[in-house]
Amino acid sequence: MIIARNLTKRYGSTTVLNNISFTIDAGEAVALWGANGAGKTTTLRCLLGVQGFEGELTVNGINVSKDSKAARAAIGYVPQETAFYDMTVLETLTFYARLKKAIPERVHEVLELVQLSTHQIKRVNMLSGGMKQRLALAVALLADPPVLVLDEPTANLDVKAQRDFIHTVQSLNQTGKTIVFSSHRLDEVIALGSRVLVLADGDLALECKPHELAGKLGLHRWLRIWVAAQHKDDTLKILGEQGYTTMPNGRSVYIKVNVAGKIAPLRSLERASIPVEDFDLIDGELVVQEENHD
Amino acid sequence: MIEFANVRTLGEKELRDALRNRWFIVFTVAFAGLALALSALIQPGGTQLRMVSYSRTAASLINLVLLFVPLIGLTLGATNLTSDRETGALVYLLAQPVNRLEVLLGKYVGLAGALLATLTLGFGVAGLALALQGSIQDAGSYLLTVLLAYLLALAMLSLGFLMSTVTYKSAAALGGALFLWLFLVFIGDLGIMGTALSTQMPIQIVFFISALNPLQMFKIAAILTIQANLEVLGPAGLYATDSFGALLLPMLLIGLILWIVIPLVSGLVVFSRQEKFIPKGSVG
Repeated sequence: MIIARNLTKRYGSTTVLNNISFTIDAGEAVALWGANGAGKTTTLRCLLGVQGFEGELTVNGINVSKDSKAARAAIGYVPQETAFYDMTVLETLTFYARLKKAIPERVHEVLELVQLSTHQIKRVNMLSGGMKQRLALAVALLADPPVLVLDEPTANLDVKAQRDFIHTVQSLNQTGKTIVFSSHRLDEVIALGSRVLVLADGDLALECKPHELAGKLGLHRWLRIWVAAQHKDDTLKILGEQGYTTMPNGRSVYIKVNVAGKIAPLRSLERASIPVEDFDLIDGELVVQEENHD
Repeated sequence: MIEFANVRTLGEKELRDALRNRWFIVFTVAFAGLALALSALIQPGGTQLRMVSYSRTAASLINLVLLFVPLIGLTLGATNLTSDRETGALVYLLAQPVNRLEVLLGKYVGLAGALLATLTLGFGVAGLALALQGSIQDAGSYLLTVLLAYLLALAMLSLGFLMSTVTYKSAAALGGALFLWLFLVFIGDLGIMGTALSTQMPIQIVFFISALNPLQMFKIAAILTIQANLEVLGPAGLYATDSFGALLLPMLLIGLILWIVIPLVSGLVVFSRQEKFIPKGSVG
């Protein structure tokens, strides 16, 4: 469905993509993983043909360099930050439907699909972030394209909106759509991806299955637990003795865990009869904020 | 390959947006109001023959057009692409199955439609007011002045679009548009006059340099449609009438058309080769 051969992108003397090659089969859901500036967005923009590149890129059998407009017709695009004009939901979909040559009835079908039918007369700037992202997905689906390109689609959404969005995209993938998405959220990659392409400084550094990613990249998570004030010192002592990196913060304690070992500290505390009141998981680097509540 | 259906879709959207734009509405009302006021003020109150001259109204509207039309044309054009760049709407639009030629042409056609509608309304209410006052004469020269105002508006919009393709922030585009407006309306003329005086520049060169300014092209052509000679413009005007005679008006019309086409085509060339869409410079 998508073939990239020696894809290279330079901005002046800066090489953003360095000779990368990959193939994505029809029906796959492939994640582009990497830090900011790794080349994820550039790769997606090359797929869309909105910027020039060196190398060869075909989407659905269409050479992107030669006919980028036809390639875009085969792709539905959802950006990280939605950027709609000042129109209602219905006007927005009608406008893009005309550009995509979608039949008018399709507007109402996609509204149903993303559950925005009851909001169709609202102005887009009155929608929540999650609704805007669903509207972007509706626009992407107007012409029923075989490929969906999603650029960090849940980066600005709350947890519930993230889950709903991922669930919808999973359903679309199950109907046979090829999904290419960029992300730096491990849970999203695991939930949605069937394969991961890891980009680092413009190079294709690694290709693996989503569940292998954390181990191969040495990723960690922070487990945040809440314990009663009288158990806090014991908690820190027990976890410290077992070699965990901990960080107290108000009534909670952050514990650095590897992806496969999230349950172990909880079991240790259970054995020591320290009740854990609640817990949460946080990906990647930790920025601890002072708690003002409880 | 241009799909005109896409140009039309984009043009209709731009036209709708412009007609909803607060500043554009203010401009339209102000232009129509001033045109109406001018048409009422310059006509003699109690003519026995009830003869009303469109030419006199057209002459007074020339100055109004020279001031207003470049301002709105340049600012509308210059801020259009830049605001889309800033919000990310441009890259989203370009990610759809449209090409850049269609995007720029669609935007241009839509804004041109809005601008011409405003001029039609302004000239229309003034002309209607005159028609209602009594019998009319020289309506032809009035209509020709309207046509020239259309050409000037399109030329200013083209210049604004060119500016929009090479700037990345709305504030910079707006500043550039205002500076260009000031230059074309005031500074350019003053500079030419000053240089001509200090260097004893030959009159034909003064005329040619001055006539490169599209506003001057419009002014000279509009005066020519009202009266047969350019005495009102002084020695440079007399030189032009003597040297070019009946060819002067067609030459000026062609000049205005070139001011529409050249900046627009240049803008298309720049835009079609552009890689940078968002001022934040995110290339990750």
